[in-house]
This record gives sequence, C-alpha cells and structure tokens, in this order.
Amino acid sequence: MVNVVPIRKNSMTATQSKAWSAMLAEMAVTKDKSLYIQLYQHFAPKVKAYIIRLGVMEATAEELTQEAMLNMWRKSHLFQPNKSAASTWLFTLARNQSIDWMRKQKYPEYSLDNMQDRIEEASDADIGEQTVQSERIAQAVSQLPENQAQVIYMSFYEGRSHSEIADRLMIPLGSVKSRIRLAAEKLKLTLRGEQ
Amino acid sequence: MNINHHLDEATLFSYVAGSLSQGMALVVASHISICDSCRDRVFETEAIGGALLNEMVSDNSSDGSASVKVDETALEQVLACLDQEEPTISLDSSLSDGESDACSPGNTGEVPAPLSDYIGGSLDAVQWKRLSPGFYYFDVFKEQRGICRLLKVAPGKSILPHGHHGNELTLLLRGSYADEVGRFAQGDVADLDDQIEHQPLVDGNEDCICLVATDYPLRFTTLLGKVIQPITRF
Repeated sequence: MVNVVPIRKNSMTATQSKAWSAMLAEMAVTKDKSLYIQLYQHFAPKVKAYIIRLGVMEATAEELTQEAMLNMWRKSHLFQPNKSAASTWLFTLARNQSIDWMRKQKYPEYSLDNMQDRIEEASDADIGEQTVQSERIAQAVSQLPENQAQVIYMSFYEGRSHSEIADRLMIPLGSVKSRIRLAAEKLKLTLRGEQ
Repeated sequence: MNINHHLDEATLFSYVAGSLSQGMALVVASHISICDSCRDRVFETEAIGGALLNEMVSDNSSDGSASVKVDETALEQVLACLDQEEPTISLDSSLSDGESDACSPGNTGEVPAPLSDYIGGSLDAVQWKRLSPGFYYFDVFKEQRGICRLLKVAPGKSILPHGHHGNELTLLLRGSYADEVGRFAQGDVADLDDQIEHQPLVDGNEDCICLVATDYPLRFTTLLGKVIQPITRF
C-alpha cells in the first residue's frame, strides 16, 4: 500500500481549491504519481457520491468512479487550469462516465473547433480565479430560494429532465424552466462577482 | 458565422447537468461547437457543476453522502492500471477528445463536429427519405419518446402548424425559415417549449436543412396534422 498523506479537509478554502487545480496541472506535465494519489484521495469520494446521487447502484458507482479517476490520469493533458477549476473538470469526467454507462451510448459533447486559439488568448489568466469563483457558487447555491434550489438539485444531482421534474413536482414545464433559469442567472452573477 | 438565436438558459443548464435526452444533447452540443457565446455560457455553467461536486462528502452534507467511502483497495488497483498506461501527451491525442473532424476532408463546413459523428461530414450525402413533396427526413437515431431527425424542406414550403407537449430544439444547418418567433438562418437554434405554437415557412431560395430534437411528440393543431402524425412519427 502506498503511503499517502491525508489531504482532504471538510471545509475547503480558496487557497486549498487553487492548490488542487495547480496540483492537477502539475501532474499533467510531470505524471507524478504522488500528486495523482493526493488528487485521487480528495476527489474520488466526491465523484462516487455524485454518481450514486444520479441513481447508480453502489457497486457500479465504484467501478464508474475508478474509470473516471483513471481518465483523470489519461486525459490530464486536456485540463486547462486557466479555463476551469480541477473540481469543474472532474465533474465533467464523472458526468460523462456515468451518463455513457446509463445510456449505453456516448453523451454528445461540444467540440472546441478553435480550441488552440482560445487557449492562447487565455494563457495569462490566473489559475486561482476559477477556483475562487467555484467557492462563491457553492455559497450562492445554499442561499437560493427553496423552489429554485430544488430544481437545481433535481437536475444536477438526480439527472432529471425538465419534463420529469414537472411531473414530480406537479407544476407546468414552463415553471420548471423559469425556476432553473432564475437560479442559473443568479449563480452566474455570483460567478462574475456581480452579486 | 452570424448567430442571432441562442440556447435558453434552462436548456443549457440541463445539458451541462447531463439531464437532456440524447437527441436534445446532440443539438445543444452541435450549436455550442459553432457558437462562441453559448460555449462561454457552458463553461460558466460547468463551474457550477464543479462547485456542487466540491460540496459532496463534507460534514455539511445532510443527505448521507458524508458517509460515502471509496473501496480501500481501489486506489491500488487504479495505480496498477496507471503502470500499464502509455504516455498520451501528443498533439494528436490533445485533439482527439471531442475535437472536431469538421476540418477533415469531405466536410463541407455545414455539419458541426458532434453531428458528423452520426451522419458524416456532408449534408448532400445524407440518405434522405421522402415524406411528401418538398419534405424529406433522416432519423439520426431513434428516441424513446421524441425524435432526433434531420429535416429538409423545399423553398416556399411550410411545416403544418403545431405546438409541443415538451421541448423542441431546432438547429439550422442550411437555408432559413421564418415563423411566429422570428427568422432563423444557419447556426441559429430555436429553443421552444409547450408555450409556443408555430408554423415555420422556408423563406429563402434554397432548401432549408435543420436538425430537430424533441422530448415529447408534437401537438398538431390542424386535422391534417393529426391525421398524418402517426405516419410521420413526429
């Protein structure tokens, strides 16, 4: 068994969050397994908890988590620390892994036709900016009105479509969409530091 | 490309959450791959997903997720897998994950990369099926409740008036149409729900080709529409 320094803390500060992104970026370059282990120990339980919330049985969630964490190693060269925080990138890996398994087909992903140009344009961005934003959002989510938080959670954590949410809450489709819209706009204002 | 009609915030949010149907996700991914402003909105929304992931497994969790543990032997197994991995850092591999083949030979530039995975790079090579004079379709894939379909409609023709029981997403790939909502041209996306009734009319001089996805059957408002609905499977 590899000796691992326990890293995970219950309440993460901006500095810690920034450290995870920097660590992932460094691992992408150096392929240093000790960094991988620290990232794994921090993110794997979160990824597994997220996948279970999507309705996947625990044994399968365990396998999907391992696959997602393997992809963290395999695809680390695609991580762009000036574009997203480590947690954001891990979220997309976990989401794709679980949806692909649930649907037995690949979830359509957008392609970055001008990716190289955009990387160069953003190359001076501060790695920490994305991660500080991430924490602002977490706080903003907890402050949403209950009816908006409810649809956000049903969409993100339970993977439910607008129509399913409407059926479950017995409200019109338009109400589901307007609640999501309102919540998303608030969260994005927070993201931009405007609220 | 001058794009005037974009994705609804609620649609974009559900795409990022992974809760759109396969067909609707394909329309969204295709639009995002050619629309800088919607792509930036996706990046913002993904940051929300990252923040929510960060909230998992903490003492603040009130739903039991704090108790989620990963199998203790799993890390060793993963590390053993890493030892067998070959280095993957190369220009080719950096472009292989979701990167486009829109620039590949045979792609006319009209087919966004996510869609080209399903139909190839040319709209002219699609095996169109005739629905009625001036109307052609091609099912990209079968959906449980809705459709994911390419439509080709001749100039001057209009779709029968209809509303929706759920959501309807339409991405314009060639030509244009006008309806009660506005005028839609290449790259535009029409993001409609059950509040909208419309009758799109192809208003240009060329065929209008679009990718349409729904998550519920349409609601035709004329007798003719209702009669032909079972045949057309809209």
